[in-house]
Parts: sequence; C-alpha cells; structure tokens
Amino acid sequence: MTAMENVWLDIGTIDDIPRQGARVVKTPMGCIAVFRTASDDLFALNDRCPHKGGPLSEGIVHGTSVTCPLHNFVISLETGLAQGADKGEVATFPVRCQAGRIQLEASQLARSKDAA
Amino acid sequence: MTQKLVVVGNGMAPGRALERLFEMVPGAFDVTIFNAEPRTNYDRILLSPVLSGEKSYEEIVIHGDAWYRQNGVTLHKGRKVVKIDRASKTVIAEDGTQADYDKLLIATGSVPFVIPVPGNDLAGVLTYRDIDDVNAMLIAAEQGGHAVVIGGGLLGLEAAAGLKARGMEVTVIHLMPTLMERQLDAAAGQLLKRELESRGIKVVTEASTRQIAATDPCLGPPRVAAVELQDGTSIKADIVVMAVGIRPNAVLAKDAGLATGRGILVNDRMRTSDTDIYGVGECVEFEGNVYGLVAPLYEQASILARELAGAPGAGFVDKALATKLKVTGVDLFSAGDFADGDDREEIVLRDAARGVYRRLVLKDDKVIGAVMFGDTSDSGWFFQLIKDSVDIAGMRETLIFGPAYAGGGNADPFAAVAALPDEAEICGCNGVCKGRIVSAITEKGLTSVDEVRTHTKASASCGTCTGLVEQLLTLSLGEAYNPAAVKPMCSCTELGHADVRRLVVAKQLKTIPDLMQELEWKSSGGCAKCRPALNYYLLSTWPGQYVDDNQSRFVNERVHANIQKDGTYSVVPRMWGGVTTPGELRAIADVADKFQIPSVKCTGGQRIDLLGVKKADLPAVWADLNAAGLVSGHAYGKALRTVKTCVGSDWCRFGTQDSTGLGVRLEKFLWGSWTPAKVKLAVSGCPRNCAEATCKDVGVICVESGYEIHFAGAAGLDIKGTVVLCHVKTEDEVIEVTAALIQLYREQGHYLERIYKWLDRVGMESIKAAVVDDPTRRNALFEGFMHSQKFSQSDPWAQRASGSTDSHEFSPIANLTYMEAAQ
Repeated sequence: MTAMENVWLDIGTIDDIPRQGARVVKTPMGCIAVFRTASDDLFALNDRCPHKGGPLSEGIVHGTSVTCPLHNFVISLETGLAQGADKGEVATFPVRCQAGRIQLEASQLARSKDAA
Repeated sequence: MTQKLVVVGNGMAPGRALERLFEMVPGAFDVTIFNAEPRTNYDRILLSPVLSGEKSYEEIVIHGDAWYRQNGVTLHKGRKVVKIDRASKTVIAEDGTQADYDKLLIATGSVPFVIPVPGNDLAGVLTYRDIDDVNAMLIAAEQGGHAVVIGGGLLGLEAAAGLKARGMEVTVIHLMPTLMERQLDAAAGQLLKRELESRGIKVVTEASTRQIAATDPCLGPPRVAAVELQDGTSIKADIVVMAVGIRPNAVLAKDAGLATGRGILVNDRMRTSDTDIYGVGECVEFEGNVYGLVAPLYEQASILARELAGAPGAGFVDKALATKLKVTGVDLFSAGDFADGDDREEIVLRDAARGVYRRLVLKDDKVIGAVMFGDTSDSGWFFQLIKDSVDIAGMRETLIFGPAYAGGGNADPFAAVAALPDEAEICGCNGVCKGRIVSAITEKGLTSVDEVRTHTKASASCGTCTGLVEQLLTLSLGEAYNPAAVKPMCSCTELGHADVRRLVVAKQLKTIPDLMQELEWKSSGGCAKCRPALNYYLLSTWPGQYVDDNQSRFVNERVHANIQKDGTYSVVPRMWGGVTTPGELRAIADVADKFQIPSVKCTGGQRIDLLGVKKADLPAVWADLNAAGLVSGHAYGKALRTVKTCVGSDWCRFGTQDSTGLGVRLEKFLWGSWTPAKVKLAVSGCPRNCAEATCKDVGVICVESGYEIHFAGAAGLDIKGTVVLCHVKTEDEVIEVTAALIQLYREQGHYLERIYKWLDRVGMESIKAAVVDDPTRRNALFEGFMHSQKFSQSDPWAQRASGSTDSHEFSPIANLTYMEAAQ
C-alpha cells in the first residue's frame, strides 16, 4: 500500500474535458467522473449518485456542484455531499493538473479498492 | 328596433364605450366603425413599453378582429371619414365608403402638436402618438445614433427612456425650467432630471428650438441633422421626436357645423350640439377642459354607453387626476392640484439618501394634491384621500408617512382599502371595481398581481393601481400572499422567466456569462434549472448569432438520446408522419441484433424505440441507422417530437383530405428548431379523429371544406382538449399558421411551459391577433421561424456518427482497469 503513495497516474490533458463538463475514467472498482469547472478547477468523484446510482458525469456542472441527470440530486464536487435537503455522499479522489496534464492519485484508487 | 350606430375613430374611448354598450343592450345597435389607422383597437397607454421592448404589439391589442366579428361590428380599417352630412345622416370616407346613421359617435382623438419651426417637416422628424410612430422610432433606433426629444412632459420622457433602452444617445430639450411641470413641482422635477441623467439621458431645460437643420443636400435626400436652439447651441440629431403636446382633433365636427371650442363641445352626457351626435375621448371639450389621460376618458365612455342604452345615471364631472410615468425603475406619482396659494398648506418629506420626495398640498384640512418621487407605494391611498375629500385633521401629524401611520395607535396599513365599498373603482383604466377583484381572487384562487391582471384586467394598463391590487391580495389571502412573488426562475435570481426574456431583448444580452453579469445572478455559474432555460432563451432570441452551449443542456439534448434509469439510452429514429418502409424496419432490426439492444417498442407517437443502448455504442448505432436514411427523431428534446397521422383520404372511406401527406409535410417543415417545451402534433383525416389530434399541442382536423387548426391540448400531467385556432382552406395555409403559432410560442413561452400553459398565461386574444387576424404579423412570425430553421435542420446524429461533433462525449478519457491485472 505504501508503495502506491504519491503515485500520480496520467489520464489525459485538461482540454480533453469541456469546461463545466466531465469525462469518465474506467478503474478496477468502477467509473470515476473527472469534472472541470468554469474556472478550470478539477474534481474526481465516484460516477454513481448516492440516490439511485445515476451517472454524475452526465449532469450539468454549475459552480462547484453537479446535478444528477436522473432525479436532480445536487452533489458538491468539493465534498461529495448531497446539497440542500437531500442526504448522501459520494467518494472523492485526489486529482491535479500538472502542465496541462490531468493526474489521478493511484493510492486512493487502490485503497478504495481494498476497502471495497 | 335595431338602430344604426356609426363610430368615427377606433381608439380606447370608443372601444370601451362599445364594450359597455354590448354588455348592457346586446344587439340593440348595428355598429359600423371607421378607423383611419389600418388596424384594430390597441392600448395607446402602453406604447412606451413597446418602444422600450418590454411588451410586443400583440400584448397591447385590446380588441382583436374576433371581437368585432363576435359583436357584429363592421370595421372599416384604414378608412378616414372626411365628411359628415347631418341633413341626410350619412358619413363619407376618403375612398367613398358611406354609412348612414341613426346615432353618430365622433371619437377622432387628438393630433400631436408640431412646433412651427423651420425644418419641422424634414424626414426623421417624428411624433409620438400611435403604433406607426413607435415603429418609425424603432426603425430609426436600429441604426443607433442620436435622438433629440423635444418636450419634457410625460410622453416625451417615456419616448426618451424607450429610445435610450434601444441604444440611442438621447437628449431631451424642454422649454420650461423643470421637467413635467404640469404634473410635478420644481423639486420633484429636479429629482426626475437627476434620475434620467444618471441613466445617460441628457436633459436641457429652458431651451427653445430655433430650427431643425437638414443634412447636406449633396449627400442624398435631406433629413434631420441637428436641432438648433435660440441660444445658438446645436445638438446632433439623427431623429427628432416632437412630444410637446396634443390638440383635440375637432376638424371633422367643426366642418359639419357642430359647436366646437378647443375640442368638440359636449354636455355631461357626451352629447354634442346635434342631439343625434355624440363625442367621446380626447377630441371633446367639457366645461372648458380637454382630457388626455385614460381614466376620465373611460368614465366618459361609460356615461356615453349608458346614455345610448337609455339607462342614464350620473353625468360626467371634472375630477382630480393621477399621473404615473411609465419608465421602468422611475417611481413617480402626481395627483390633484399642487400649485402654491395663500389658502394652502403643505407637508413635505425628503430623504435625500434614498432619493425619496413626498409633498402633500392641503386646503381646509383636506388633501388636494400629492407629488411623490422615489417611493410611490402609498400613492393609491393618497389619491383616494383626494378623490373622497377626506378630512385629515385627526391624522395630520403622521399623514405624510402614509397609511401605515394613519389612525394613531391602531396602525393598519390596509384599513383604507378594507374600508372601501365593493363598488369602489380600483383600476381607472379598465374600470374594475374592488368587488370584482376580490371575488376573482377568492373564486379563481389567484395569488399574484399578474394573475389578477389576466383575469380582471385590473392594473393591466398604466399600472398606477398596482399597489391597491397588492393590498387587496393581502386582504384576501393574508400571509399566503407574498408581494415579492414574481416567481423567480430559480434560487440564482429574483427575476422571473418573463423578466429574463424581456431583458435578454431589451439589454441585447447574447451570452450566458454576460446575462448573469448584467442581471446580477447570485450564483457563480447558475444551476441546472436556469442554465438550460437561459440557453434556450438566447438560442431562440438570437438565431444564427448565439452559439449553443452544450454544457448548459440536459444530458438528453447533449447526447441526442434519452437517458434511462440504468444509464443506458433509448434511440428513436424519425418516421415522418408515422410512415415507414420495409427497408427502414429491416435496418432497425439489424441494428437491434448487431448491438444486442435489449428492447424494441412502439411509442405513443407512432415511432419505434430502441431501449437499452450503451452510450459508447450510440455513434455506431446512429451510423447504421443513417445509412438506411433514418435520422434523429428528437424524442429526447424540447423540440418537435412527432406528427401523428391517420391514413386519411388515401385509404380511409371516411377521409376528407390527405392527412398522412399533410402530417409528413408538417413534420419535414417543422423539425429541428428548439422550443420552450416538447411539441407534439397530429393530423386526423376526418372529425372521427383517429390520430387523436385534439389532445396535442397542435392538432389538425381535416374537414370537407379544408382544415381546422386546433392547439393547446394536453394528455399528460394535465388532460385538456384543444381549442380551435382557425379554419383554413389549403395545406399551405396550415403550414403557415402552424409555423407562425410555434414561432410565437418560441418567442413568448417560458422554458418548460407547454403550449396549453402558455395559452393560459397570455390569453387567446393575443395569440389569435398575431397568428390569425393580422397577416403581416403572421408573415413576420413565419419568416422568423424560417430564419431560425436555417440553423436548426441538420441531423445531430449524422454530425456525431461521423465523429466531427462532441467525440469526447462517447468514450472514457482513460481506462485504468489494467491496474487490477497489475496487482
């Protein structure tokens, strides 16, 4: 496990994701949605809404939130928590942008997998 | 016995008189109207909102053609009466049309006063009186440039604000030292000047026009170039609007030998010096007074109607009048007499920081005049005190603070309104009394001023009584009424859909970030409610200019398929009019096999639905369907969904027309453009209606004599039968009317508002006026739709199947599943 720490995996360039949009990364334990906000901040969340499993990557991105396309749950990209009156939480993952390349931290993926 | 009533003029006063007359004695008069303008009766008070872009012409039409038909009125549009022959009781129009009368009503209105200076007849010199003047100003404003408005009264300032809103540089020149000196005292006039200047309108007072200078004749036909003042100043002008006043138009009456002064002399029953001839409106003079505001003119109309109906009540008396300036954001009110005098006292409240000014003029412990600027919320209460000559001695100390403080300890802001009798008139413009408003609120469950406007017309014209209507809502509903309840689009803004649509046009907003900045959006990037709505408003308002923002669209419209509960998609190819071929069916079957599509089902709109398609497969599925000639059916969009048909005269023994062919034509013509909500059509070949056209957004029923066009049906959350829009004779007319109707809906509909809800909100009259009664307007809508279609009719599936559009949508950015193998 420690061997995986601080290993950043390259998944593409920032321009591969439209502003206020998302793309999916396939991983061993399911799909991760990588979001790009209007101000070019990146967030990575499990691509399953805590409500009915809707694909969050297909939702409308506004500010630092995304609205699930199935039943309009609003999820904070920063915390993974459902907003407003709704309850629920989505796993979040460390993601960063280095010289225009998007990188996901591998240890988190592995740990999540172990947990799962 | 039916009497012949001839009306000369078709403005608001005779329109109101006829409404009242038809209510009281239906069928008693055979009415013929001569209108010098080529149109029906519209609300002249609302010309300013049309000029500024806050309303459209259709929204200010009072009587559409249908109204005249229903009441059996012969309306001669565009025919000006030039002679009244009192001996033979006949009127004669310019083109020779004649009409005999038993009773004649002269309602020739007024003419704008044009100041007698050199150059006043140049091209580009306009007046501000009717919709033609507004249209001329709008055309001029499209070029931008400089506008000079001569006259700082009510009309002049509304014209100036409108032209400014349309993007012109505007200067107002006014002869007197302060603006609106007939309605405002000097202090309020000064505040108004400052307010207008802060909006970028230049105001020059004590300015007398010497001449209007022309452009260099070598550069083409001369038109206005500048306005020159007596002091030698020259102000650049591309257009000049004269708004210095109006004069009663009494020429026709004078030529006929009737008694006239400034206007046509009438008694308190609106009768002229000839017992069979009446006068009403701005053309008449009563006891030395002439009138230009709507309330007394409507009062005259009611008295006239009673007189003609043989049920005379109280006669006309000269009363205090209230004025309100219709410039959005400027709150100004004046009523009664506010000149200084030895026998008068005044109470003044100033709050410079808030820009509030109130002045009451008292005489013998009664309020005889009021001027308010900046906060006019209590204007209705003060106006009532003036009209009723209330003794204010008991509340004098707190009077200036308004009704909230009246009556000492038991401060009840609504006491005055609550105390009004049911027959007290609340809306002077439309003659609506308190009882009618209150019963409409309780019986129809109304909760907003807008709804009260729709159902009673109260507060629908000049808006002066809006405060009173709000108080009645509060009295009737208690805490359930929220006065700020323009229902906001979402929590990102206080603005409602109607405000946003209006401001998109008025402020020329062309991108979502610009709109959010300009309209002070409260969230940084909107939300999933407002963004799709804004995207639609911009797209439908600026076709060909606005670039569709895919990231502001719901997933279905972004990927052109319907998301299902498991994240797969459904795919519905278009089958024009519900007609398909063995080749198409084979292609659909092949696609279902090849991509292992789990479910194939018929839809309610006569289409085939492929359910459970994986997102990554969509481009390949579309490519195969495209190869067989199948394109997107837009089953996922706020757009034209389907045109359902029956087999019609091709096969059916009852069919009267080619309903299938017409359905196919309609679908091929209408597909592509985005609409506020989904639009479903159907065409039935006979009134047996096998295509179920009478529950569709637009339904056509074929009959022997042509086609009945229906609309505003629903068979979803609500069930509603359609209403008939019109009957036409040819397929081409069906296409033209349907396209115009859908375009009007595209321009006015709120996002997600189906056609039947749009009809409920705007009313049948305005839709019919635009789409059926006025061929020019219908054609403009049709052309607007055609223009928008130029940018809409390309198959979104083909664009994506080829990989040229949105290729990022259909594949993951990265695949890290190898990690599992590595461990």
